[in-house]
Amino acid sequence: MGEKRCNSTVNKNRPVNLDLATIKLPITAYVSILHRVSGVVLFAGVAILLCMLDASLESAESFAALKEGLQNPIYQFLIWGTLAALAYHMVAGIRHLIMDCGIGETLEGGQTGAKIALVIAAVLIVLAGVWIW
Amino acid sequence: MVTAVTSFGRSGLYDWMIQRVSGVAMAAYVIFLVGFILTTPDVGYAEWKELYSSLCMRVFSLVTLLSLAAHAWIGLWAVLTDYLTNRMMGSKATVLRVVAQMALGVVTVTYVVWGIEILWGF
Repeated sequence: MGEKRCNSTVNKNRPVNLDLATIKLPITAYVSILHRVSGVVLFAGVAILLCMLDASLESAESFAALKEGLQNPIYQFLIWGTLAALAYHMVAGIRHLIMDCGIGETLEGGQTGAKIALVIAAVLIVLAGVWIW
Repeated sequence: MVTAVTSFGRSGLYDWMIQRVSGVAMAAYVIFLVGFILTTPDVGYAEWKELYSSLCMRVFSLVTLLSLAAHAWIGLWAVLTDYLTNRMMGSKATVLRVVAQMALGVVTVTYVVWGIEILWGF
């Protein structure tokens, strides 16, 4: 009965606008989308990390070869990209855990948390770059 | 609306919990590894091998690997069910999504098996 009334009052064929290019997004939305993007990037990055773990453990020679290979700018960039995605994804994930505890759940709190997460992630990404180069 | 048949824990509540527990496990692993590398003066093959030879580290690594598999499945499921939808691309979206999930599932299992081979193969 309730569902029937709902169906008659809400026209299911209303136009839907999900064109992200025409919507002005709040900062929390950018933080959320970047969390997804970094997650997808990380899934691919795991292959790089496993490759490195494999080479680092197989033998002393492969360990040395890996260390040598890390001087290659292409590898350095790939590893930096993976570490950047990891840093961002971790910070955004920790933000979720903090919000799960009931901290920063208001509109302002969410926006402040989003800004803090972006700043911390940016610092970590720069530090990762410093570490590699 | 998307049916939840391909979700990991077959319930949003389980997925929510698994996503958090696995996330904490992986974060602990990352923080530990970065800490180890930064606090060990000169990480050579001997130090590195010794670290990964201990049962503790192998268990920690395996927990991280399994966490990764569950975490990635739940996360990618959320992404796929949001973007490969019938509203965006018609009825072929379901077929496309299931194929994509199968491919990603194969990659995930490959990561786990490969990781186990690395951890117990040196």
